[in-house]
This record gives sequence, structure tokens and C-alpha cells, in this order.
Amino acid sequence: MAPVLSSDRDLRLDLFRGLALWLIFLDHIPHNIVSWITIRNYGFSDATEIFIFISGYTAAFVYGRAMFQRGFVVAGARILKRAWQIYVAHIFLFAIYIAEIFYVASNFENPLYVEEMNALNFLRQPEITIIQALLLKFKPVNMDVLPLYIVLLLLFPAVLWVLLRNTTVALVASVALYALTWEFGWNIPSYPSGHWFFNPFAWQLLFVFGAWCALGGATRLAPALRSPVTLWLAVAYLVFAFSITLTWHFPRWATLVPRWLGEWMYPIDKTNLDVLRFAHFLALAALTVHFISPDWRPLQSRWTQPAILCGQHSLEIFCLGVFLAFAAHFLMVEIYGGLLMQVLLSLAGILVMVGTATLISWYKRVEGRGGMPPKRPPSADVAGGEA
Amino acid sequence: MRTWIAVGRAVAFCAMVLCSAGARAESAAECAVPGYLLFGDSFIERATAAVRKDKTLKIAVLGGSSSKLPGPEGASFAYPARLEAALKRRLPQLAVTVVARTKRRQSAAEAAENITKLLLDEKPSLVVWQTGTNDAVRGTDPAAFRNTLSDGIETLQAGGADVILMNMQYSPRTESIVAVDAYADAMRWVAREREVPMFDRLAIMRYWYDSGVFNLYAATKDLGMATRVHNCIAHALASLIIDAARLQPQEEGAPAR
Repeated sequence: MAPVLSSDRDLRLDLFRGLALWLIFLDHIPHNIVSWITIRNYGFSDATEIFIFISGYTAAFVYGRAMFQRGFVVAGARILKRAWQIYVAHIFLFAIYIAEIFYVASNFENPLYVEEMNALNFLRQPEITIIQALLLKFKPVNMDVLPLYIVLLLLFPAVLWVLLRNTTVALVASVALYALTWEFGWNIPSYPSGHWFFNPFAWQLLFVFGAWCALGGATRLAPALRSPVTLWLAVAYLVFAFSITLTWHFPRWATLVPRWLGEWMYPIDKTNLDVLRFAHFLALAALTVHFISPDWRPLQSRWTQPAILCGQHSLEIFCLGVFLAFAAHFLMVEIYGGLLMQVLLSLAGILVMVGTATLISWYKRVEGRGGMPPKRPPSADVAGGEA
Repeated sequence: MRTWIAVGRAVAFCAMVLCSAGARAESAAECAVPGYLLFGDSFIERATAAVRKDKTLKIAVLGGSSSKLPGPEGASFAYPARLEAALKRRLPQLAVTVVARTKRRQSAAEAAENITKLLLDEKPSLVVWQTGTNDAVRGTDPAAFRNTLSDGIETLQAGGADVILMNMQYSPRTESIVAVDAYADAMRWVAREREVPMFDRLAIMRYWYDSGVFNLYAATKDLGMATRVHNCIAHALASLIIDAARLQPQEEGAPAR
């Protein structure tokens, strides 16, 4: 199938990417009561799926147009520049992480935690960890998403080239890679041992699927999505996933899950994007598309603007979120970690994210006004925010 | 969900207060653990059989540094020694021994290599396998970690020993640096699959921290708090063993010293 390059700006993408960034931030604070509102507690998939899917969608939207108009080399160069920016952001976050290790290791002594402190000393070998971090092999807590994003973007010029010729071939190839990854256990090694927490060969499926949707796939799926059968299937699956997750929270109910079902279903593998997770995301997406149209009025309301703004500057806000989660945990342990503090820090974090996104928008507007007028049609860069 | 835990905790706390009002003042009352965090549905039949047959309970602790305490007196304050004392007190009719086979920075796979030797040397009827921290630091593949545990449990059971898994300590200072949750989940999962009891040290210590029993955040060189924490772990672990082995303990707090 030939791709369809649309020029419509879809604010839903920005809104849901912004919300996903908030949820990722809330989930990254350990033992945060507010994280009980996030979707990972009510089904198989979580905000990561939303983030990667929308990132694939917007990448195809922005760079697909560029590749169509200016060719493979120019668009490819822009994609690689973006990958480089994300790499730099990742290393910046790593520097903050190393600083935290040194702070904790030099300020904390307790005979109870000899084992944990030994562990810190192991991480506190900058001559090794820094090299491994630069190679993207050492990825500290909560810093797994950006390396995944980098690999996805490095592969994206080729993927996009195929997508622009035949979207179906690209999607089939992506599914095939996903299946082969499951069959042969492909992944990238990590330091000190193990493999990438987000296996790029599996997670590329969501990214490419997002890109496929952006290039006409969504239109082709529209009739199926309008069908009540799809709707009820999605609802049934979401209810099923919700019931299963309930048994995680209330272990006493775990016996209600039939043995054969448990054996077939568990463990639900996040590293390799378990089919159950992917299906859960599809069900959520189907419901969302069904009930929220692109001209849904609240998208213009000022109440949705904070999330939309965050979604439009996803890289900056994502990095900020990782840092804020670090900082929030630090304050919770250092000062007070009660319920009130958890709520306050969660709210404050989101406010800082919104404030920063507003500032970045303002900055870009001022820069644009002060310099030369933009040469590209504004829709190309604004629609769906950044890639 | 959190609110339900909070409600549960409130109920458990009231129950604790009511119970302890009648009971004699006991050092472990301060760190009582609600039943839902401690007890499960898995039995340790091999240990029960050994108790019935020989009136002995031979326990081996297979673990890392968090099963020890530093210093010359450390071993006598750490939970394996305290567990022996607690079990002897509560099961005076039995010959209870607890040996600790601990090694620094030991991963689950490295511990598993020592299982055969442990079975030969000590012939335990119960092994408390404490692990998780070092695998979390090294980022072992969770699937490989699960398989190691599962195979290790099989070897231990084939060698006549029951197993209780014990996961990592709750450490508020390091929890944003070392992600232990995936490994704690893996251990819970293996325990459920293999139907062995799980001493959820992570959840129990977190419960103590949340309810203000221990300030696990404090920086100190003093062994005082560490000793009390280990004593409480030993006490709770003894209750779990007695429950899972279906033994009749002496009344808690009975004169035994």
C-alpha cells in the first residue's frame, strides 16, 4: 500500500503523549501513592507503550514529510541529529545519577546495609561505568527508555524509506522481526550483565506500528475501529486484564486464576513487549479513538493545554521527569516521605514539567520571531509536536 | 489499593495493640508483622517429617552480606543466630540448629553452585535462601534469575531440604539507585510456582519503616539498630517456619531464658 501523507495536526497525540509523560514521572518515584492512578495498575500495558507508539507516529509524520519533499539524505540526517540529541540528554541524566551515587555512598553509613553499600561501591567505578554508559550498555534505574528511543531512531531512516514505498511491507517486516526476536531470544547485552530492559528488536513493533498508522494505516483501520464488535472486544479484553491485575494487588484472589491460564500467561514480559501488553495497548487505543475524535472540543480548552504543551516537547519533558523523580525521592527520604509529601511532590513535579514546557514554547516562539521567518510550512514541525 | 493496605494496616495495628495489651511485654512486640505479610499457603513437609522422626530441625541459611552483621560479635547478633535462639525458645522439645553459609557479593547463580556441598556438609532439612540484592545490582536477566532459583529449589528439595526464599532488605537510601522490584517480583513468582514459602523481607522491613518502628534511613556506625532489625527478622522468620511446618510452639513470651 502507498503511504498517505496527511497535513492535519492531531492534538490528541500531544495530549496523550503529555499525559504519558506525567504517568511515567509518577511511576518513577518509588512508593508514591499518587502512582496508584497510573494505568499500569489497572491493566497489562503502561505509559511506556503510549509514549513509544506516539513517538513512532509523530516521527513518521514529521520526517515522512521531510523525506517525501527533500529526499532520503536530508530527512535521514535530521533523524540522526535527533538521535544524537537524545544521546546527549541520556548522558546528562547519567551524570546526575553518578552524582547521586557519590552523595549517598559518602553520606550514608549503617552496618545494616553492608550488602547494599558494597553494591554502590561496585557502581562507583567511574572508569568503567562511564565508558559502559557511553556505549549505552550501562543503564541505571529508570534510564532505559531513551536508549531504546535512540536505537529506534537510528533504524528509522531505513524503516521510513520502506514505509514511504510500501507501508504494508514495512509493517510485515516489523512483525516478522518481532516474531523472530521471540523465537531466537535476540537482544542487546547490558553491563554488568543481562540484556536491555526494553528490547529494541521487540519494542520496534510499537514504534513502526505508530509510524504505519501515521502514514495512512489509521485511515485503513478506521472502518474496523468504528465497528461495535471491535469496541466490545476491546472492552472485554480490558475487563479481563483489569481482573487479572486485581489478583496482583490482592494476592488472596490469585487462586481464582485458573492454573492453566496462569501457566500460559505468566510471566507477562515487559522486556520483550509481551503480546498481552501489546494487545492491551491496542484495546486502549481503540477505545480512545472511538470516543475521542480529532476535533474533540476539550482539545481546545485551556484545561488540556498543560498536557498538550508537555507532549509537544517530549524529549525535554521526559528528561526533566526522570530528574524530578530522582529529586522527589531524594526529598521524600531526606525530609519526609508521608502521604501528604508524596501528593505535594507529585503535583509540584507536574507543575514544573508544565512550567518548563511553557517556557520552551515561549522561547521557541521568541527565537522564531527574532530571527528569520520559518521556511518550512509551520504545520510540518508543529503538528504532533516534535518527533 | 494503597488505601486498602492502609485500612488493613490500621486493622492489623488495632489487633496488635489489643493482643499485646494482654501479652507480656516482649522485645519483639514492637516489630510484630501482620499475618498477611508473613504467612502463606505453602508447607515445608520435609522439615515437618524430620521433626516428627528425629525431633531435630536443622536449618541452613544460604545468603549474602545481609545475613551477617559486621564486627567480631556480628555473627551472634545476626538473624541466623537469633533465629536459632528464637526457635529453641519456642520449640524447646526439639534440637534446633541454624548454620549460616554466607558469602559477600554472591549472586543467586553463585549461591546455587554451592548447594550440593551445602547439602552434603550440613544435611539440613530446611534451607533459607536469602538472595536478590546482588543480582539486582548486576542486572542479571530476570528470566535467568528465575530459572536459577527454580532449579536451585529443585536440587535442594531432591536433596531432602525444604526451602524458604528470603528477598532483599528494604533500603530507602538506595532504592532509587538499585532497582530491586523486578527481582523481588521474580522471587515471589518462583515461590508461588514452586509452592515454597517466601519470607518477604522487603515488604516486612518497608512495613516497619512506614509504621515508624525503625528509622531505616538513619546513618549510623552503631550496631544497635541493625541488631534490633535482625532480631525482629529472626522472630518473624521463626513464626513463618513454625506456621509452614505445622508445629506447636510454646506460648509466646513463656519463660525460656
